Amino acid sequence: MATTFNLHRFANPARFMRLTDVVLPWLSAAAVASLAIGLVMAFRAPPDYQQGETVRIMFIHVPAAMMGMMCYACMAVASAAALIWRHPLADVAAQAAAPLGAGFTLLCLVTGSLWGAPMWGTWWVWDARLTSVLILFFLYLGYIALANAFDDPERGARAAAILSLVGVINLPIIHFSVNWWNTLHQPASIVRMGGPTIDPSILHPLLIMALAFQFIFLALWILRTRTALVRAKIDTLRQRAAAASGVDRG
Amino acid sequence: MGGYAAYVWPAYGLAVVILGGLALASILSARAARRELQRLQQEQPRGRG
Amino acid sequence: MTRKRRRLYMVVVGMVCLAVATGLVLNAFNQDLVFFYSPSEVAKKPPVAGRMIRIGGLVEMGSVKRVGGGPGIVFKVTDGKFDLNVAYTGVLPDLFREGQGVVAEGALDQSGALVASQILAKHDEKYMPPEVVAALKKSGQWRENEAASANAAAALPGGKSL
Repeated sequence: MATTFNLHRFANPARFMRLTDVVLPWLSAAAVASLAIGLVMAFRAPPDYQQGETVRIMFIHVPAAMMGMMCYACMAVASAAALIWRHPLADVAAQAAAPLGAGFTLLCLVTGSLWGAPMWGTWWVWDARLTSVLILFFLYLGYIALANAFDDPERGARAAAILSLVGVINLPIIHFSVNWWNTLHQPASIVRMGGPTIDPSILHPLLIMALAFQFIFLALWILRTRTALVRAKIDTLRQRAAAASGVDRG
Repeated sequence: MGGYAAYVWPAYGLAVVILGGLALASILSARAARRELQRLQQEQPRGRG
Repeated sequence: MTRKRRRLYMVVVGMVCLAVATGLVLNAFNQDLVFFYSPSEVAKKPPVAGRMIRIGGLVEMGSVKRVGGGPGIVFKVTDGKFDLNVAYTGVLPDLFREGQGVVAEGALDQSGALVASQILAKHDEKYMPPEVVAALKKSGQWRENEAASANAAAALPGGKSL
């Protein structure tokens, strides 16, 4: 039980605020620095021998896809913690992550389209990879809508948390779709048996950009969670003021 | 851009719009919430803690 | 603690049930999720002439020919065992090349050739600068058939490399 105890210590909102007061400036600096380095490397990278300059779209497309899935995994873990342990911070964190994940997934879909148009000869096909990523985008939208659909925010949070857990099944489907079925999308280049199939001159910018996207996500996730906690405190203060003055603000 | 500028630049432009938009919205909303909390805490100092 | 434990078990059991159900559904839909068929599959189970299908494979080396000086082309799609004639008139994707992966959508005519209405290029998961390819070729480490087999693996059912 020591682990749950520690988890709760971290999940304590006041402690979270104090911890992230220190961490957030460093994370933001890391995000800006790695993004700057990554962008310089992305435009210095050589063109691909087959795909030419369009390979530069990969430096946005692949990190966005990674973060779209990573963010969903974070959201689902937080939702599970909220459902099982009913910790107030877990729901707040899960809901703070959803718009970020939707943004990354949309970026992945559109940049993929911009890449597919000249290389594949089509903006969109209904193959298993593209379709499962589109489903991921709609899962985010459904989650956001459901969390805000109820008058009672707690019921909304619970319904949304269940949806996010159901949607977790989509993550392995996205990753393995290119192996399980015939797809137009090519198989994985980085996370695969036998190591990456990308030349270092193209792989390194890609990895730095992936790191930058990771920092951006973490910094924004923490910032949004903090804002939601501050807003919860504002609500409590307002209710207390209303109770003290005997006025029902409804 | 080897004839592919029409595809490469929009991809980077969209990244700026989406990630910049998310960052800006998150920062502005954080700032607004912090100001509101400070105002409330000044109005009712006993409401702290 | 027991209520928390109970909720934990409910979530775990729910996730397991969901995974099993999804697995069964995906297994049942397996054939319908296939984006294209290989020439071997067409040879084994020829589809009805006139029905829209997609064929995927490699553009066979040296098979691309212009038809009578017009805009139309014919080429062969191969998966190493069987090949299939394809006829197409229209815009080709920039990555359409001999030895590269391709997906052709269209219907078979009476002779068993595919009359394509759309051609999509399928690329493999390798990325490298042209200088590296040139250096590999110069040092004799570049094997065209290796590159081609990687392409074929990417284009073939399951897309499994190695």
